[in-house]
Order: sequence, then structure tokens, then C-alpha cells
Amino acid sequence: MRGTHDAQEGRRVQDKTQQMRFEQIVLPHLDAAYNLAHWLTRNDQDAEDVVQEACLRAFKFLGGFYGGDSRAWLLTIVRNTCYTWLRHNRAHELTTPFDETIHDVECDALNPEAQLLHHADQQLLRRALEALPVEFREVVVLRELEQLSYKEIGVIADIPLGTVMSRLARARKRLQHDLAKRWNGED
Amino acid sequence: MNCHETQRWLSGYLDGEVDLVSAVAIEEHLKTCARCAQAYANQQALQAAIRGSGLYVPAPVALQKRIQTSVRQADSSARAPWVVRRPWFGVAAALACVAILVWGLGRGWLAPAADDRLAAEVLAGHVRSLMTDHLTDVVSSDRHTVKPWFAGKLDFSPTVEDLASQGFPLSGGRLDYVDGRPVAALVYQHQRHIINLFSWPAPQATDTTAAAEERQGYHVIHWTKGGMTYWAVSDLNIDELQAFVQLLQQQIAPTPAP
Repeated sequence: MRGTHDAQEGRRVQDKTQQMRFEQIVLPHLDAAYNLAHWLTRNDQDAEDVVQEACLRAFKFLGGFYGGDSRAWLLTIVRNTCYTWLRHNRAHELTTPFDETIHDVECDALNPEAQLLHHADQQLLRRALEALPVEFREVVVLRELEQLSYKEIGVIADIPLGTVMSRLARARKRLQHDLAKRWNGED
Repeated sequence: MNCHETQRWLSGYLDGEVDLVSAVAIEEHLKTCARCAQAYANQQALQAAIRGSGLYVPAPVALQKRIQTSVRQADSSARAPWVVRRPWFGVAAALACVAILVWGLGRGWLAPAADDRLAAEVLAGHVRSLMTDHLTDVVSSDRHTVKPWFAGKLDFSPTVEDLASQGFPLSGGRLDYVDGRPVAALVYQHQRHIINLFSWPAPQATDTTAAAEERQGYHVIHWTKGGMTYWAVSDLNIDELQAFVQLLQQQIAPTPAP
């Protein structure tokens, strides 16, 4: 039975190194993964499930990770897992049409929101961000909360750089209008 | 840059993601346009508000444990079931290993690691003897000159055969150092090829048949006979080196049966 024992031992060692890689590559970005999943699912329990599922996928794909930006790599998996989850559980959110182009650009419509924003409390901001369509929400989360570059965001969301820029611009404009409305008690 | 264009690029400008030329143009416009400057201030304020509002949601502490556990489980269940479902496989595999091991030993495949090391050492000795122009300490084709030369230099008397009549004239001998001890190195020639024959007292008394192998383009033949272990190394082709070994073996008396 020596052979079996050795084989088991070898497997254990292999498992160990694979699990060590997982702990070095994936686990350091668990907060980033959870934050993104939280904002895309807008629910703590769902976010936990999605992150767990995404981490299992990451573990499976670990052999295909040859170094580089491990956070962007993991966030791509988390984002895809989120979208799969959304398709199954919140299909209506993904079918809501959203306008990619920026129009109605006025220079004067935004006053005096700067003043407003200085006092915007967390609750207000949270609701405004949650109200954004998911495609806008994800770029804001990746940019403002994860502070990723447009290039990294483009890789994770699988969109061209120009789209990252226009989507963010549009998302910010929406947020400003939404916050102004909420502040004025219109919503 | 006009208001329309500035508004379009403002968000990218805020993130430092527009090209230098556009950035300079936007900067110029913001200096002269109060409305756009206000719009920019709004965007800055929004960015600061989101970043400073504690909207970042870190993972719950328990989640990491949960993930580590599930990864471990997924990993072991992904690998284990095949063997777990077939416990006989382990037994069969072990038996197969033993069978191959026994058969392999019988065929001399699994030569002990010591032989491997020795082969490397004698080969190194052979190459070094040709490299440093130190092929022989005693130059003679006469075995009655070569054999006595070793006396007092070794704690054994090596077998020295002259095979000149069979095409392998003795050209001399020297001391070498193999397996942590001084050994006899006899040098034979065949046409223009050099053969180094290393010999020293065998650690075990049993005779072994000649085992040949090729290393780095050289041929190495090893055997034990009459209480001595022999290693012949040369760049000769294997057939001729084997012929040389056979001639030698005929001259050496076998180890008497106990």
C-alpha cells in the first residue's frame, strides 16, 4: 500500500501548493471582489454567494493565470459571475435600456449642486448609486471605490476605452441630477 | 475648446484620462468659462463625496473562512472520487508497482544510484586524463613494468594484462581517485582511441556480468570479477569496447565460490 500512500501524499502536496497560490493571488482581493458584487447585486447575502462562486471559478482557472494584475483578473471573474447571477435572478435589470450617448449637455443646469454635494450624506449617496442602471453603477464602483484606471475598467467590463469614458461621464451626470432631486425631496 | 466639447471631456479630465493636448485646451476653457468651471467643481465634489462617504463595502470576516473551506472541499472532491469509488485501484496499483520493480531489478534497469555516481566519476576521470595531458604516470607497454609501479602506491595490486597481440596495446598506467579512494587506471590503445580501465577492490565479493551504457558520447562498461570492480571507458564504438572487455575477462580468474 506504499504506492497508494505516496500517491495520496503527492496529491496532498499538489493541493497545498494550489491552495497556497489561491491564498496569495485571490484572497488579498476579497474586499474588492465583495465590494463589486455587493454593488452589482445590491444585497449582502447574494453578494456573498456570488463571491464564493467566483472564487471557486478563480481557483479552477488558477492554472491559466500567469501573473500580472491579479485584482483585475479576479474582478473580471466576479463581474461575469454577477452578470450570470443577474440574468437568472434579476433579468429585468439587464433588459432596462440605458442611453450610452451624452446629450442635453448644458453648462448651467447643474448649479448649485456642488454646494449640495458637500452635504450629501452617505444614505443619500448610497440610494443614488443603487438607483443607477447596473452598467453605469459598475463603472462608478470600479472608478471611485476601487480607483481603477479606464484601461483596467475596460478589461473588467469588456468595453472599449471610449465607452468607459462616456459611460462614466453619463453616470456622473445622472448621479448629480438624482442627488439634487433627492436633496430637494422630490424622490 | 467650446462648452459642448469641454462638457463631453470633463469627466475624463477629472480622472486624468484625456490626452495632454485636450487637457490643456480644457484647462484654458475652464479659466474663461464660469459655467463649465462650476460643472467641473460639481464633478470634483461628487467624486470627493463618493470616495469619502464610506460606500466601500469590505468582505465580511466569515466569508474568507467560508471560501477557503469550499475551495478545499471542491478541490478534494474534484480529485478524490475516482480513487474513492474504486478502492481496489490502490491495491492493484501497488501490486503493479511491486511487479515492475522486481522485474526491473531482474533486468538491471534499476541500477543502484551508487553505480550511476561511479559511472559519472570514472567518465570524469577519463575525460580529465585526456584533457590535462596526464594520461599516464608510468609509460610502458610492458606489464612487468606497469604492475610493479603501483606497488607501494595502492593497497592492492591491480591486474595488468597486455593485449597488444589482440589489437589493444597497453600504453601505461597512473593513479586516479574514484569513489573516495585511490584506484588504478590502466591506459590501453586501440588504433587512435584511448581506453581507460579503472580497477579497485570490489565492496562485495560476488561477480557481476558486464553492464554497458552510453554517457555523453562515451561508452562505459562495468563489471566485477575476482574480487575487483572494473570500469572501462572509451570513445571506442560499443562493439570494440565489448570485445576488449571480453578479452580482459578471459584473463581474470573468477572469484572462487565460497
